[in-house]
Amino acid sequence: MTGILDPEIWQTANDARERRYAEATTELERLEMELLLLAIFRHHGFDFRSYAQASLHRRVRKHMETTRVPTISRLTELILHEPAALQRLLHDLSVNVTAMFRDPTFFAEFRKTVVPLLRTYPTVRIWHAGCSTGEEVYAMAILLEEEGLYERCRIYATDMDSTVLDHARQGIFPLSRMKEYTANYFLGGGTRSLSDYYTAKYDGALFAPRLSKNVLFTQHNLAMDRGFSEFNVILCRNVLIYFDRGLKDQTLRLFSDSLTKLGVLCLGRKESLRFSDLEHEFSALSERERIYRRNK
Amino acid sequence: MSGRYGLVVMGTSTGGLHALTRLLAALPARYSLPIVIVQHRSKDSDERLPALLQVASRLPLREAEDKEPLRSPGVYLGPPDYHLLVEPESLALSTEEVVTYSRPSIDVLFESASYAFGSAVIAVLLTGANQDGTRGLSQIKARGGYVIVQDPASAESDFMPRHAVKHVAVDRVLPLEKIAAELVARASETRPG
Repeated sequence: MTGILDPEIWQTANDARERRYAEATTELERLEMELLLLAIFRHHGFDFRSYAQASLHRRVRKHMETTRVPTISRLTELILHEPAALQRLLHDLSVNVTAMFRDPTFFAEFRKTVVPLLRTYPTVRIWHAGCSTGEEVYAMAILLEEEGLYERCRIYATDMDSTVLDHARQGIFPLSRMKEYTANYFLGGGTRSLSDYYTAKYDGALFAPRLSKNVLFTQHNLAMDRGFSEFNVILCRNVLIYFDRGLKDQTLRLFSDSLTKLGVLCLGRKESLRFSDLEHEFSALSERERIYRRNK
Repeated sequence: MSGRYGLVVMGTSTGGLHALTRLLAALPARYSLPIVIVQHRSKDSDERLPALLQVASRLPLREAEDKEPLRSPGVYLGPPDYHLLVEPESLALSTEEVVTYSRPSIDVLFESASYAFGSAVIAVLLTGANQDGTRGLSQIKARGGYVIVQDPASAESDFMPRHAVKHVAVDRVLPLEKIAAELVARASETRPG
């Protein structure tokens, strides 16, 4: 017999009802996210709506867990009325995970492919975009010094967050990471010993001030500010993954306009110019290491 | 008439290579849903893993790139040292901190899939030796998705599936050799009115 009492049909009806309820809840959460991002934009001016939504949503949920805010709507209310809550959220929404010589093969390839090009220029202008706490800026400074190029380099290291730049200026990184960085350094073609470049003090490694002597750490927001001009090299590794496709393209356009003719663009290991409108404006020097050169 | 489901996500750790090889080999070459996989791997892991999996799979398989569009038939594997996340029509990567000791993390993939696809996700958790994945599965269940866990008795390492079955009201607990048929059946399900 089939009919209203058939347990299987009951089960199906319940499943369908539960599914509709679950779908409505998910829709509601997406709406709450939209309203939160709009509130941040209208109230503070920063536009997270052009960020990659999946990881942004994750950071919002994580922030809510640590600050014990039960719903996104409640968070929206908090940030509109409490400046401190807004600052805490903005801090948690920016990603500041970085390392020295991350992807060592990139640094080895840079020595092999880009350094010979740079040798032909009397002065070299480099832009590290989204440098966070500066680990990669110091790593690149070490590489340039070992290749005898550092003295002719002017390095602009930028981030949207001024607190991480303060950290970067100090050049002190956790001593506990030095073992990992040393291994990366050698894999990346390092010719001395990483410990030649820092002094251990308590639990920190203080890097030699000469490494930042030609570096200007300065605040710059890739989503909102204009570019600089005439760079020979732009490094922006693992930053564009946090942008949506539109903002990524806009940023690549900014980079293209800020590079000299035949200037070099270095992206993260899993970022590429594929899936972007600017693919044809660049040629790969090393597709594997994501090192590109502006065509003209 | 559109399908009830739009995406399959899979997670595995210890024993995953063997399990994935067998599962992918049993799927038809024109499987209609994109499949996104996180297999725990060290940050020095190289392209041998995707190469080995591609040998077993009739579906095209590749390591995911950032902003890569989701296509079917297609299998996407999380690259080492990045989290892999799902957006409504594409993949996204992140270098954020490790989650349950892992990057890529299964929880991160599953949670993002449930947010982007809601009830249209099928999740599969296979063999493994830590508790990554459980939290993600419960999120997928809460949003109305469909959850399959490998029968712990048939898993090379039973901790991960056992942990999930204990904490999540899963839809199916199946031995490895029955999972492909279940995925095929679910993919042909239509969206009820």
